[in-house]
Amino acid sequence: MIQIEQISKKYKTAENYSVSNLDLFIAEHEIFGLLGPNGAGKTTLLSILCSLIKPTSGSFTINGLNYKSHKNELKQLIGIVPQEYALYPTLTAFENLKYFGSMYGLKGKNLDIKINAALDHLGLLAFANKNIETFSGGMKRRVNLIASILHEPKVLFLDEPTVGVDVQSKNVIIEFLQDLNKEGTTIIYTSHHLNEAELFCTKVAIIDHGKLIVKGEPKELISKHQGAHNLEEVFLSLTGKGLRDYA
Amino acid sequence: MHKLWASTYKEFLLLSRDIGGIAILFIMPLVLIVTITLIQDSTFKTVSDVKIPILLVDNDKGNVSENIQKSLADSDAFEVIIKGSEVEAKNLVFTGKYQLAIIIPEKLSVDLERKVNENVEGIMSKFDLDATNQSTEKTIIPKKEVKLYFDPATQQSFKTSVKNGIDKIISSIETQSIYKAFQEQISDDPSETVFETGNFISFKEIMPKNKDKDMIPNSVQHNVPAWTLFAIFFIIVPLSINVVKEKSQGTFVRLRTNPVSYATVLGGKTLVYLCVCIIQFVLMLLVGVYFFPAIGLPTLDVSGRLPLLFIVAVFAGLAAIGLGLLLGTIAKTQEQSAPFGATFVVILAAMGGVWVPVFIMPKFMQTLSNISPMNWGLNAFYDVFLRNTGLIEILPEIGLLFLFFIVTTLIAIVYNEKKNAV
Repeated sequence: MIQIEQISKKYKTAENYSVSNLDLFIAEHEIFGLLGPNGAGKTTLLSILCSLIKPTSGSFTINGLNYKSHKNELKQLIGIVPQEYALYPTLTAFENLKYFGSMYGLKGKNLDIKINAALDHLGLLAFANKNIETFSGGMKRRVNLIASILHEPKVLFLDEPTVGVDVQSKNVIIEFLQDLNKEGTTIIYTSHHLNEAELFCTKVAIIDHGKLIVKGEPKELISKHQGAHNLEEVFLSLTGKGLRDYA
Repeated sequence: MHKLWASTYKEFLLLSRDIGGIAILFIMPLVLIVTITLIQDSTFKTVSDVKIPILLVDNDKGNVSENIQKSLADSDAFEVIIKGSEVEAKNLVFTGKYQLAIIIPEKLSVDLERKVNENVEGIMSKFDLDATNQSTEKTIIPKKEVKLYFDPATQQSFKTSVKNGIDKIISSIETQSIYKAFQEQISDDPSETVFETGNFISFKEIMPKNKDKDMIPNSVQHNVPAWTLFAIFFIIVPLSINVVKEKSQGTFVRLRTNPVSYATVLGGKTLVYLCVCIIQFVLMLLVGVYFFPAIGLPTLDVSGRLPLLFIVAVFAGLAAIGLGLLLGTIAKTQEQSAPFGATFVVILAAMGGVWVPVFIMPKFMQTLSNISPMNWGLNAFYDVFLRNTGLIEILPEIGLLFLFFIVTTLIAIVYNEKKNAV
């Protein structure tokens, strides 16, 4: 489904590579977790896959389409849930979703039905006509998610979709993503919540300093690491306990 | 097309939710145009409502100083206040209490008469053979100087205008004195008119005509186009902020991942902000036509010109929008775009001749003004408002405005593509 070959990225002002010669294959219908400490290169890799930034070298394909030659087809194929809310605060939830749905060529009653169904699924139908600026963080996260799936993408990228939300919102989001996955959407997400990733993901990759450290099913990784009882302990043993502050 | 419509509708919603912003967009230009026109109206009136108080120190106390005072009073521009001493007058002017003090020197009338008589007698003696041998003993008459004190804050244009006026008064008095001296020499009868002392050469200003009626320019015909254009170009500020906001609130990142071109996104903004420009323009015309007469200003005459005026407004609006889109695309923060946009509009206005006419600018600035879109817009408006021209005559100007829109928008699109190239 997603084939990444020797992808590297070095920002102009940076001394080191954010992503370095990374090879990765993500199969269809997977819920794939990209895990790593701060500055490991997760968001950079996700941004490259979403065509937001250009890799310094290497290439990738999604569903067999090369990112350089099939830019527009790829955009129709994927959905992105950015870490920031990426919504217009003074527009209502419905107006925001109508606009972003329109950008995928959706229109009319069909779009309205999809928006209402998604809002209902995520418990927001009663707030459809309220301005986004009045929403809590959890509500914004859910609208942010809906804005990315209205066109029914084959691959959904999520950059820390549950950060800063309460447990209830987090559960609703995770369940919604699991339903999407069951319907055939491949999900790639980054998170710092390792317990969540352990339960949610079918496969995970731990990256650090821009390199792939390990990849596999969460249970498989735990069993391979002696003394590890959960994914967090695997993570710490592979990436160390030192602080990862960077500026 | 559907995406462009959706983008336009979204921009409309965003704008309509910002009531304060709308008020500023529509009310401030009206306040600007009323204020500026009220201030500048007096400079267009032949008889000003306001007389400028000036000081006069009369050390002469003769007929020359009397004539100067009378001429100043007759000009209806000044209120003459007599002061006793030069020092007092100088202090009052240099401390900014008055703009001007005129100091008439001692014995001006007497010495002028002596000088003129001496000259006239000299000329007459050249024609009188008997008199040639009677050489009169010449006394040295010192040259006289009328002193002018200006408030240092007074503008140069005012100084020049006053100096020219006083020079004209003095020349006229000198001429009259010469005629009078000749008359006395030639004729024994003081009531006999030997010379016609009135001006032989006069001038008449010929105005352009509109349907056989003279088009007399007034402050409104000058100010409405100039400041309307200024207000239209101020759209750069909110528009560039709008574009920067898209980046800072993350919606632009989402749009970049959507299958929609940057041109479509900008197209939506262009259509909505062009409507804003047109509404601004209509409001300013309404103020000129209906509100100005109600507050004692001349009525804005738009008869027979409306279609052309709207054409100019649309193209000026497009040029302003192009610049706003480019600025918003390049700027990273609102702190960059807003002050730069506002200052740049003021610079463009200055270069374009909104404040100071282009023809009195230094040569270099005149050349530079040719590349100001505000200059093209202003010329097009003046062509329609004051020169009574047609569509063909304004084509070069509106063509340049449109080209400016295309070029700035293209640069914005290319810059965005390059910056976000994948």
